Amino acid sequence: MSVVTNEHPAHEHHPFLQHHFEDLAQQHEASTLGMWMFLATEILFFGGVLCAYWVYRILYPEAWSLGAEQQNKLFGGLNTIVLIISSLTMALAVRNAQLGKRKSTVAMLFATLVFGSTFLAIKGFEYWQHYHEGLFPGVNFTWHEVPALAPKVQLFMTFYWGMTGLHALHMVIGAGLLLWMMARAWRGDFGPEYYAPVEIMGLYWHFVDIVWIFLFPFLYLIPGVHHV
Amino acid sequence: MLSDFPLWPDQASTVAPSVDALMTFMCVVTGTVSVLIFIVIFYLAIKYRRTPENQLAQDYEPPKALEAAWIIIPFLVFMFMFVWGSWLYFRIQRVPDNALDIYATGKQWMWKFQHPGGQREINTLHVPVGRPIRITMASEDVIHSLYFPAFRVKCDVLPNRYKEMWFQATKTGRFHIFCAEYCGTLHSGMTGWVEVMEPTDYQKWLAGGAEGSLASQGETLFQKYACSTCHTNDATGRGPVLIGVYGTNVMLNDGTTVVADENYIRESILNPQAKIVKGFTGIMPTFQGQMSEDDLLKLVSYVHSLGAQKTAATPMEAPSALMGAGTPPPQKGTKP
Amino acid sequence: MSSVTVNDARFVEPEGARNYITHDYGALSWLLTKDHKRIAILYLFSITALFMLGGFFAVVMRIELLTPEGDLLTSDTYNKFFTLHGIVMIFFFLIPSIPAVLGNFLLPLMLGAKDLAFPKINLLSWYLYIIAAVMGLYIIITGGVDTGWTFYTPFSTQYSNTHVFGVTFAAFIVGFSSILTGLNFLVTIHRMRAPGLTWFRLPLFVWAMYATSIVQLLATPVLAITLVMLMFERVVHVGIFDPALGGDPLLFQHMFWFYSHPAVYIMILPAMGVASEVVAAFTRKKIFGYSFVAYSSLAIAFLGFLVWAHHMFVAGISVYSAMIFSFLSYFVAVPSAIKVFNWTATLYRGSVALMTPMLYILGFIGLFTIGGVTGLFLAAIGLDVHVTDTYFVVAHFHYIMVGGAVMAYMAGLHYWWPKITGRMYPEWWARLAALLIFAGFNLTFFPQFILGYLGMPRRYHAYAPEFQVLNVMSTAGASVLAVGYALPLCYLIWSLWYGRPAGPNPWGAVGLEWTTASPPPMENFHETPVVTWDAYDYPAMLKAMGETQNV
Repeated sequence: MSVVTNEHPAHEHHPFLQHHFEDLAQQHEASTLGMWMFLATEILFFGGVLCAYWVYRILYPEAWSLGAEQQNKLFGGLNTIVLIISSLTMALAVRNAQLGKRKSTVAMLFATLVFGSTFLAIKGFEYWQHYHEGLFPGVNFTWHEVPALAPKVQLFMTFYWGMTGLHALHMVIGAGLLLWMMARAWRGDFGPEYYAPVEIMGLYWHFVDIVWIFLFPFLYLIPGVHHV
Repeated sequence: MLSDFPLWPDQASTVAPSVDALMTFMCVVTGTVSVLIFIVIFYLAIKYRRTPENQLAQDYEPPKALEAAWIIIPFLVFMFMFVWGSWLYFRIQRVPDNALDIYATGKQWMWKFQHPGGQREINTLHVPVGRPIRITMASEDVIHSLYFPAFRVKCDVLPNRYKEMWFQATKTGRFHIFCAEYCGTLHSGMTGWVEVMEPTDYQKWLAGGAEGSLASQGETLFQKYACSTCHTNDATGRGPVLIGVYGTNVMLNDGTTVVADENYIRESILNPQAKIVKGFTGIMPTFQGQMSEDDLLKLVSYVHSLGAQKTAATPMEAPSALMGAGTPPPQKGTKP
Repeated sequence: MSSVTVNDARFVEPEGARNYITHDYGALSWLLTKDHKRIAILYLFSITALFMLGGFFAVVMRIELLTPEGDLLTSDTYNKFFTLHGIVMIFFFLIPSIPAVLGNFLLPLMLGAKDLAFPKINLLSWYLYIIAAVMGLYIIITGGVDTGWTFYTPFSTQYSNTHVFGVTFAAFIVGFSSILTGLNFLVTIHRMRAPGLTWFRLPLFVWAMYATSIVQLLATPVLAITLVMLMFERVVHVGIFDPALGGDPLLFQHMFWFYSHPAVYIMILPAMGVASEVVAAFTRKKIFGYSFVAYSSLAIAFLGFLVWAHHMFVAGISVYSAMIFSFLSYFVAVPSAIKVFNWTATLYRGSVALMTPMLYILGFIGLFTIGGVTGLFLAAIGLDVHVTDTYFVVAHFHYIMVGGAVMAYMAGLHYWWPKITGRMYPEWWARLAALLIFAGFNLTFFPQFILGYLGMPRRYHAYAPEFQVLNVMSTAGASVLAVGYALPLCYLIWSLWYGRPAGPNPWGAVGLEWTTASPPPMENFHETPVVTWDAYDYPAMLKAMGETQNV
């Protein structure tokens, strides 16, 4: 057998090369593949609730369109734009990290954080509005404009709060991760040979964005249906 | 001696022999293949055991055709099993015409059976032999499952939805009823007996306990809940005429049609806005929460009895005393 | 027959060399380890403890079932016992067992790697498991849960008065343990194979773990979201699954089984991987039809996602749905059949050594075959109507899970015990235990096929008197089975101090794991191997050794 020694000379390798990897390239490929796999689980996770949502949409089309009528399309649309811009800044952050531009990386990460926080603020405001309109299922549901359909509209609102809540949770976690990335970028950790953390942060962020691209039409843009 | 250790329950229904035949086939085929595999393994493990002379395996690759053979042949056998199983399943699912209707309710932890003549039973079901019996059932609470091992049929019983099963008993006797879907504390206590009787004995039993047919009790409720206010006998009412509706195709106001079966009637009472008949507006109030499962059953039975295709139960060789129960109102001129 | 020793001086450690066990000491060095071998040992302790807990529930149930009346436990307690038996055995024993213990230990060794791709995530997996287990234990002590491990609604959401929320939350957490393990394995297999180790040179155990990991990764999140919805419904009662409020209990069943059917493949695929390794080692031959066996693992993983509603044939799905799922269920049986035939064919002209691991695996092949063919019975819808929800199904899945997966786990544990601990287990005691387990198992579960066909439903605390004889037989078998499981517990622990020290390759097997010391050093290999031989290339390896074996 040929020899590829496992004894390493006193730290001649990159400070962020983990010892069980042969080289940074392998580490980078492993990290990105790992993140893609994690995103696959997230697709199945959100996919499950989207399927359940869709089953009920087919069963109760009027209640679903009534539920969508309760949403604020302006805020939803604004949030969509905000999130798409944040994906742009995130992609730029990855690019800057790859180019070793320390300050630009931090700046773009910060911009992503700002846009992400804007999204969360608008969402928070929507939630507050909905709560005061009596649209929180179970605890504070007082919507009865079409009494016969009220339980099914409550079911819609369950999906609304559940799906956007899960999404918002992912955004909050993303925001925390962005802060961490910013700290690391400021420290100068990233450069052409090592920028994988920013890249996988980007993958995660883009995924969260794509989930919203599904949630927005599903929850806000259902066309009206004539109901008696 | 062998009867002390039965391997299968009584064959007491028309499908039981077919189910047992498929079971026997499966046992023989899979048993033979399994035993063959065991024998081959046993034989090879001994013949090629590791000895000082046989330390290393012989360099030998069996023909690849063998691999193909044991992919294709099992697959064909499986397909045969699939076809047989599906054919049998269709037989089990398809309810024959002129079945005797029984309504069943499962609730924690008992079975309630109601005969069309109004006779009610708890945990016991009397049925005539040699006659298809259709059981329409719902649950009052959680999911249960009505299981007659001797008839080889079971069907889950769901809340808020009617399901159907049928059987035709081929011999008289007493057979188990089990609940087969875990439903809480006394799931294993939710058992009973089906008493299959000769037709004459069944008539005698029926005569013993009528309290007014299900349908006539339903008629009383029809008045009590003021249904007749809108659902009059002619086209002047604010609601559709219900005479002759059961079993027909109803045109709804969104252009679709639906068959007026038990589920449709039940839904129309509990959620009238879901399907509105063409030409009418959705002014019917909902009775969700206002009537019990029993009442619902009676009303459904009453509307059923007003139906076009399904008239009163085909006259059996029955004493005329019995024919007072279960007949529809004489609008269609059908004789009792 | 004594064991075989292969003395290759290159792989014998010098005196006083450290291995992964002796590398450093102290509880924290284990509890905060990132080494995959130590994490495997942590899992070994945890799942053994939980196996005993799950077994305890089973033993008490079998004692109760000696008599037709419910006279040992109250109905509620019995219902909690079968629920907890299922939850503990499935989520806390079967699903982790081979992947988290044997997979964790062996995968990097088989790949010539120093560790898994994400060692810290590996440790996190174990901690998630422990957190979930502690929650589960707390729930058991404070009243348990009585919904059945299947949590059907509306019973679980509206009617049960037990800790449904707590248990589903624990299951949610342990699910993430499973997902992360699968993720780790997939990335490791893709990116960390040694130079020269191409896909078709991989051991079949790796292929099996790869297929398992795909299922863990993609199926478990669906369980997670289903449990989230269940928890939400339990607390807020909005009617997601409650028919009175417009919900659909069948939606729960569909979502639940969408995970839980692939879950059974998570439990059996690793067992099949162990079978391939043991058969190859104890026949000293490459598995017949290597690529077919490899592909069949992938086929099972894929097809396993398409058959879930065969658990719902009488639940209220349409006749046409039922037919489609029946058809696909027959389809998924074909790759399993391929494996059984291929293992059997490998024996032909092999050099068959009936050591304990091989005995377990031969038992596995037989019992898995019986369990698998009874699956064919259940897939025939007309027959399923009669036997579903009866003891027939209970017997079917215990044949596969216990007669199959657990026996393969025992086989793997014994086969790799020398590698993991550096000690041999006592061969004759081990063979005795294997035979007791085989006999006890069959006596316990074969009568249950008959009970099921006779009509005895599942989850019954009390039963009709005519079922008693078969139940007594079953309980008698369970007592033999219990002794059978107790023996390895004793002698394996004994062997840690008194077992004969094992060399690097006590079985004379081909595989990268056998080219390093027993127990392996912390970094697995002193030099990263470069692989130039095919999987199971016995002729080449042993020729290269130039050794004659001592039997």
